[in-house]
This record gives sequence, C-alpha cells and structure tokens, in this order.
Amino acid sequence: MKNLIQEEKEVTHDSGVILNSVLPRRSFLQFAGAGAVGVALMAAGCSKDKDYVGPTDPIVPGENKVELGSGDNGILNYALVLEQLEAAFYTKVVESFWSGISEKERDFITDIQLHEIAHRELLKNVLGDKKIGNLAFDFSKINFSDKNSVLNAAKDLEDLGIAAYNGVAPLLKSKDALLTAAKIVSVEARHAAYIRETLKQNDFASGVVGADGQDRALKPSDVLSFAKQYITTEINASNLPTA
Amino acid sequence: MNFLNILNEIEKVDAEIYDRISPRRAAMKDFFSFGKKVAAASVPLAVGTMFKKAYGQSASPAAINALNIGLAIEHFSAAFYSRGFTDAPFGAASTAAADKAAIGIIRDHELGHVKFLQDTIKAAGGTPVAAPLASSYDFTGKGEFSRPFQNLDSFLKIAQGLEDVALRATKGLAEDLMGSPFLTAALNMHAVEARHSTKIRLIRISRGLSGSLQPWISLNDETDARPGQGAYSGEENVSQLGNTITGINGNSSVDAARATEAFDEPISKAGLKSVLAQFNVII
Repeated sequence: MKNLIQEEKEVTHDSGVILNSVLPRRSFLQFAGAGAVGVALMAAGCSKDKDYVGPTDPIVPGENKVELGSGDNGILNYALVLEQLEAAFYTKVVESFWSGISEKERDFITDIQLHEIAHRELLKNVLGDKKIGNLAFDFSKINFSDKNSVLNAAKDLEDLGIAAYNGVAPLLKSKDALLTAAKIVSVEARHAAYIRETLKQNDFASGVVGADGQDRALKPSDVLSFAKQYITTEINASNLPTA
Repeated sequence: MNFLNILNEIEKVDAEIYDRISPRRAAMKDFFSFGKKVAAASVPLAVGTMFKKAYGQSASPAAINALNIGLAIEHFSAAFYSRGFTDAPFGAASTAAADKAAIGIIRDHELGHVKFLQDTIKAAGGTPVAAPLASSYDFTGKGEFSRPFQNLDSFLKIAQGLEDVALRATKGLAEDLMGSPFLTAALNMHAVEARHSTKIRLIRISRGLSGSLQPWISLNDETDARPGQGAYSGEENVSQLGNTITGINGNSSVDAARATEAFDEPISKAGLKSVLAQFNVII
C-alpha cells in the first residue's frame, strides 16, 4: 500500500499538461459523492446501449470495484488496468531489487518501470474524468528478493500486455487511439523480449510466437482472469466492445 | 495449401472468423457444394471466394495495399536473414552458436510472415507482390554497410534497423487496416518485430560495440551509427495525444529519453519508401 500512496503523490496534476476536465482526486471524490449516490448513478448508467458507462472510484469505502465502461473509453480504461498493474509491479521491483542484480539489469528494469508509468499517466490524462480510479494490488505471490520469481512474473505480465493490446486495439474507433495503442504495444514487446532474455538466452519469443511469426491476441475476459491473481479490485469489463 | 490450416491461422488472429462465416449461409453452402466437386488444387480459389463473401467489403484496396507493403518488407527480411544465417560469420565467440540460433528463429518468423501475408492477401481477393530475386537487393544499403554477410556487426546493424523500420511501418499503415479483419494480424506480427529488434539489440550490446545502445529505441538512437538513413527519424517525439510525456504529471524520472522509449513511433510512407529504396526494396 505504501507504494500506491507514494505513486499517488507523484502524479499530482501539473496544470500545464493535463486536460482541463481532470479534477484533482480529492475533488473528484467529493464530486462522486463517495457512497450510495455515486453507486446508484453508476448502476443507472449500466445499460449496454449507453455510449459510455462509469467510472466509479475503487477508493470509495467498501466499493473496491471499477466499471471500465464502453466504446473507446472502455478500451482505454482496460489498457489503464494493465498499465496500472505493470507500473505497480515494477515499482515494487525497483524499490527492492533482488540481491546481486547487475548494474545493467538495474538500469533497464528502471527504464521499464518508467515506461509503464508514462503509459499509465498518458492514459489517465487522455481519459480525464472518464478514467477508472486507482486499483488495489496484491503481489504477495511474488518473492521480490528472488530474481527468477520476479522475472517470471514480469515475463507473464509483458506477454499478457501484448496479447491484451492486440486483442482490443482493432476494436478502437478513433485512429489516434489506435495509433497510440500500437505505439505502446511494441514497447511492451521489447520489454517482454528483454525480460525473457534476462531469464534465458534465445527465449525472446518461445511459447507465445508460433511458426507463423505472430504474437498472441487475447480477449479481455481471458486477460483479466489471469490478471486477477494480482488485482484485488473487482473489474467489470462487460460493457467493452466485442466487435 | 491446407484449408483447415488457413482457417486455423485466421482464427488465431480473428477469433470471430467462424461467426463471420457461419451466418453467411450462402457463402458456406457455395463453398461446400463447390468444394465437393473440385479437385484439391482448386481449393485456394474457393477459399478466396468464401473469405471474400465472409468478410464482405472489409478488404479495401487500401488494406490490400498495406498488406502488400508489409509483404515487400517481409520478402526482403526473409532473404536477408536466410542469407545471413548461412553466410554471416558468427565466429568463435562463446555465444556464436546461440546467436546463429537466434537469427534462425527470426528468419523462420519472417518466412512465416511471408506465407501468412501471401495467403491472407489471396484470401482477401488481392494479388500478393512477388518476391524479387535476392540478387536484386542491395544489402549494403548503397554502400552504407560494408560487406554485411562477411561482417557480423554490419549484419546486426542492418537487422536492427530493419526490424525497427518494419514495426514503424506497421504503425503507419494501421490506419489503412482499420475496420478490416487484418489489423489484429498486422499488430501481432509487429509485436514480434519488436521482440526481434530487442533480441538483436541485446546481441549487439553483448558484443560491446554499441556504447549506449538500449533494448528499446531511445531518443532517435543518434548515439548509434544509424542502421539505415532515416530509419529512426521521428522517434525523438515526446508528445502523445497532446500530452508532453517528459515529466508527465510530476513524474520527473520520466526524462526525455524515457519519454521517447515508452512509445515507438510510426514512419511515414515517404520515409519508409526512402529507407527501403536504399536496399532496392520497392514499395
């Protein structure tokens, strides 16, 4: 939790950069009503016919869940789930690197952490008041002092991120959003290859890239059911576009 | 050509293939009744017809053209890695066998891309561009890279640039594939090019010849002798969707280098044309 609180401080809003519509977190909470009213509003918005649904903020006491919404914003919120997850994971890694880590590994993994933070913050800014709140994570399955434990988790997360973007990017209606997703997914693939090579030589594509030379594309339901092992916030992805 | 394989291949990248096909009963009926009567050699034609019906108008001329640009790059990549695998001097270094194996893996992926794109373009009713004779390519990039198949560092430099340009090209072409069933396939392949680029970069880093080279494109990789003029122009961009990524939302550790690394940029068609022309690759 310490991490998340720290990150929260780091991302205070810089008026020069952010869309005007973004409210600082505190006022957003006040605005959302932090309780029954907010939830009722969300429920009322849950019709599949609506162009956009949500968000709710998981920080609302007792309501540790988010609604990704629909349309392009829903897909971007889904991407924000993945980027929050990756950024939180690497922040833990960087805070307590395994012992014996080489200087190069330290540099490159710190780079990866900062790439993921850049992705997360961009998505937050683009979504503005449509963005989901901060998710809660549980990384207790990972032994952060063990190189293999960390890198195997990283490998799965990076491979998953690629497959997630590939699975939903074609459903985006905005060409700018599509281009941005494409700009991000190849960087995730670079991360995946780096992590895999750090674990095992020539493992940059094995098991996920077939003889046809294609990476995977997965549906949100498959991605989220895997990601659930680390995300304690309940995620409603049922309004995402499917075609 | 194995029809079930094609369906399988397409299903991997378009989970809705069967949904696309099955509601079109007429298309399926045509296909199966036709299929019974024809010899196996005619199946590709029938498959193409069925896909055209299943996907309707989704294979626009722009989409076919985008796939063919991809195919032209893949033809070159396949020729480049095939020759490199055989001829490049991987040397006596302790990693030589592993490096050669890596080039073999990459070559196989590129051959897979060629085949996939050829099948896909045909299935969509287009004509795949033919592979030029390998001897028509200029692997030296108009003399910029000396003796690439005799000098491993030259070879790796071209390989890195080629992977990065190929994936940047896909981003530039993605818009043309919007709304077509081929966008997922293009993205899937382009993620693999990124894996390749990083692998090549790591080999170069391990050879200790590349200074500050990183597993990702940092700024515009100016510090590295450029693999291909113009291959990286535009990569120095730090602005995404109207947001300055450098120091975004108070995260001061996201410096300009990290801001550029976090996003791979597209290359324009004109830029792509000029980089490829160096190698006599015509698009």
